[in-house]
Amino acid sequence: MFSYYLRLALLSIKRNPILSSLMVAAIALGIGASMTTITVNYLMSADPIPHKSDELFYVQVDSWDPNDPYDEPNEPPDQLTWTDANNLMNARKATRQVAMASSGAVIEPHGQDSKPFNAGIRLTFADFFPMFDVPFLYGSGWSESQDLAREQIVVLSRETNERVFGGENSVGRSIRIGGNQFTVVGVLNHWQPVPKFYDVTTGAFNETEDLFMPFLLKEELELPNGGNTNCWKSPEGDSFKAFLQSECVNYQMWVELPTERDKQDYLAFLNSYADDQKALGRFPRPLNNRLSNVMQWMEIQEVVADDARIMLWLSFMFLLVCLLNTIGLLLSKFSGKAAEIGLRRAVGASKGDLFMQHLVETACIGIAGGIAGLGLAMLGLLGIGSLYGDFAENLTSLDLTMVAVALLLALVSSIAAGLYPTWRACNIAPASQLKSQ
Amino acid sequence: MFNSSSWEVGPILRALMRNKVGALLIAIQIAVTMCIIVNAIHIILERQELMARDSGIDEANSFHLISTGFANDFNEQVTIETDLNTIRALPGVIDAVQINAIPISGGGWSMGLQTQPGAEFDGVGTAVYMVDEHVLEALDLELIAGEAFKPTHVRWRERAQTNWPDQTIITKAMAESLFPEEPWQQVVGKTVYINDNEPILIMGIIDKLQAPWVGWNNVEHAMLSPEKTLFSSSRYLVRTEPGRRDELMPKVEEILAESNKGRIIRDVTSMMDTRERSYRRHGAMIKILTTVMVILTVVTALGIVGLASFSVNRRRKQIGTRRALGASQSAILRYFMLENFLISTVGVVLGAALTIGLNIYLVQAFSLDRIDWYFIPLGMLVLWMVGQLAVFGPAKRAAGIAPAIATRTV
Repeated sequence: MFSYYLRLALLSIKRNPILSSLMVAAIALGIGASMTTITVNYLMSADPIPHKSDELFYVQVDSWDPNDPYDEPNEPPDQLTWTDANNLMNARKATRQVAMASSGAVIEPHGQDSKPFNAGIRLTFADFFPMFDVPFLYGSGWSESQDLAREQIVVLSRETNERVFGGENSVGRSIRIGGNQFTVVGVLNHWQPVPKFYDVTTGAFNETEDLFMPFLLKEELELPNGGNTNCWKSPEGDSFKAFLQSECVNYQMWVELPTERDKQDYLAFLNSYADDQKALGRFPRPLNNRLSNVMQWMEIQEVVADDARIMLWLSFMFLLVCLLNTIGLLLSKFSGKAAEIGLRRAVGASKGDLFMQHLVETACIGIAGGIAGLGLAMLGLLGIGSLYGDFAENLTSLDLTMVAVALLLALVSSIAAGLYPTWRACNIAPASQLKSQ
Repeated sequence: MFNSSSWEVGPILRALMRNKVGALLIAIQIAVTMCIIVNAIHIILERQELMARDSGIDEANSFHLISTGFANDFNEQVTIETDLNTIRALPGVIDAVQINAIPISGGGWSMGLQTQPGAEFDGVGTAVYMVDEHVLEALDLELIAGEAFKPTHVRWRERAQTNWPDQTIITKAMAESLFPEEPWQQVVGKTVYINDNEPILIMGIIDKLQAPWVGWNNVEHAMLSPEKTLFSSSRYLVRTEPGRRDELMPKVEEILAESNKGRIIRDVTSMMDTRERSYRRHGAMIKILTTVMVILTVVTALGIVGLASFSVNRRRKQIGTRRALGASQSAILRYFMLENFLISTVGVVLGAALTIGLNIYLVQAFSLDRIDWYFIPLGMLVLWMVGQLAVFGPAKRAAGIAPAIATRTV
């Protein structure tokens, strides 16, 4: 029976090509617009590390100014001081822990013809790589003892390895960074979490860094500050050391806490740490320490842009207009078929049969609209990509989930749009239509 | 001719009530369309206003670059002096400065200034630009009170240095925020405090200079600090004679790169590109909303055309009968135009309510501004016109139906 309805539907669509294509176009436009904005929002609010985002926690301790909170109403600073980052690292109270910072330096490749270039650096600890499931192409990360020994070792991004070593396995080779010799211990495979959750302070959708090196080298080599530095009181002294010991925040920290109990224990530890610091004359504000898991932190940092959300709502309203349009067009179309429906009813088709038949027809139009809408969504995403440039680079690709969502949305909304016109068409009294024939 | 019976409002309403759904569909479409269009235009105008703000510098003829030293024997101080002298001597260059941050670029340094010393007092946030005595010429700033920096005011600042020079020049907006009670002219010569209690003398006031952060509420707050920096990376901002920027950008890059191999020159960018980058998301939003508005209007208009054609087709026989009974073509035309006008009226009234509703939501959720009241009647007018234009084609066709059709059976 279904294939018969399908044939009838195609016949009916062919009989009214203009009206049918208008409906397909209306659905396609609505789906195209909504899918474009849904995709951008979906990628912006995606879970960057789904299997453990509940176990990774961003650490905040309130080391701020006694007179003013870091942010209204009473938010602790979004980063740590050098002192706190190191103290919390040394305490080793979590399953895994990493403090980190961003920096930059000039890389001087070996060849005479290759020019020196500026590279973005992530300063971090050994746990970074296993904790965030960072994929390696060659070699591996480094060990805790290498962290403490402040060894001049480096992990390169795949792109940096291609630029400096032509993509060869460079593990064990030396590289000159910021005037110092480093040894390569590992090369990453392509790695671009979206959002770049581990540090969103300078933008949640930036590229990952060009190279990764031990955190304590910051002090050893006096590496410059990257990202945002905020101070509520200026350093006591003009040396690099004085800056590190100051109340300026520039460091991020994550801990891995597999169970709720671990989390409670760690929070208790943070509070007792803050009390210890109060005893030393620091932390003048009331106790206000926080642990946020990955998705909570993304929420707090407002990773999904307001504009994207505004566009999402506008595009849903756009879809609504397109569907109202489709309802209107379907009404016209089906009422044009009144005679045919009357005839079919008269020769014995039940209301349910007719309802099914017309629903199949509507679904066909919906699917066609959905497929065309997918095409439009791809165009829309290309458009967004070119309008926003590198900001949107990682936010404009359709994955299989989104394709399925698009088709489903098209199907559901077109059937919803078809319900009323179909119902009305089926309620035609057969006699009234047959009389005039 | 224009008595009320010839306007046929009564019969139209009665006919409409027999086909409520079709009319209601059109009315809701018009309402939602109006709601989106009016709010979109509101957002577009808001963004355009943001983008039209003047940064205060000569954007059309300026560019900037970064020089990063890496060699062990890199002498930063000598390099900066040599670079600036070289650039300033180039034909076509008006002036150049070393500056720690580029206006409207997104990255910079901020401090608080306060009128009383002490940690317990709140400061007024301001962007800090570390520059030398060439700043007014290089940034095209107008000194409207006080004095400009002299070479003797300018010092060198090391990377971790925390104290500040004794003088500053601030923007007029900053002067007004610091001393709201007094006219800005009288702010010259006053002492303010940085780092809670370090005194600084305000020696001059400039008309306008924006901070690096275009989304900041206090984007007009900026202070000039007379110092050159030794941060291992230096930014230079170069202002050229009109029309010579594009020719000088590669030239300056090449000369600097060749003159010293112990550093790299990077990110050579014109101020126009910097502006485009900083305002890109606003520009993008404007383009997207414009596209949405146009497509939406077309979709709604097509919907009106579709339904009107359908209702004309369904009433061919009635129309023919009316024509046969003496109704003129213009009476038929008027009937459909008026019918659409009535539907549109319901639509735009509903639309006005929806528009205000969406605006209230946008104000609350995204802290947008409230819509100006006149947007609503303007939106209503536009949607009325769209409806009338869309229905004109089908109505014209209805008017063309021959009276003879009344005599045929099917």
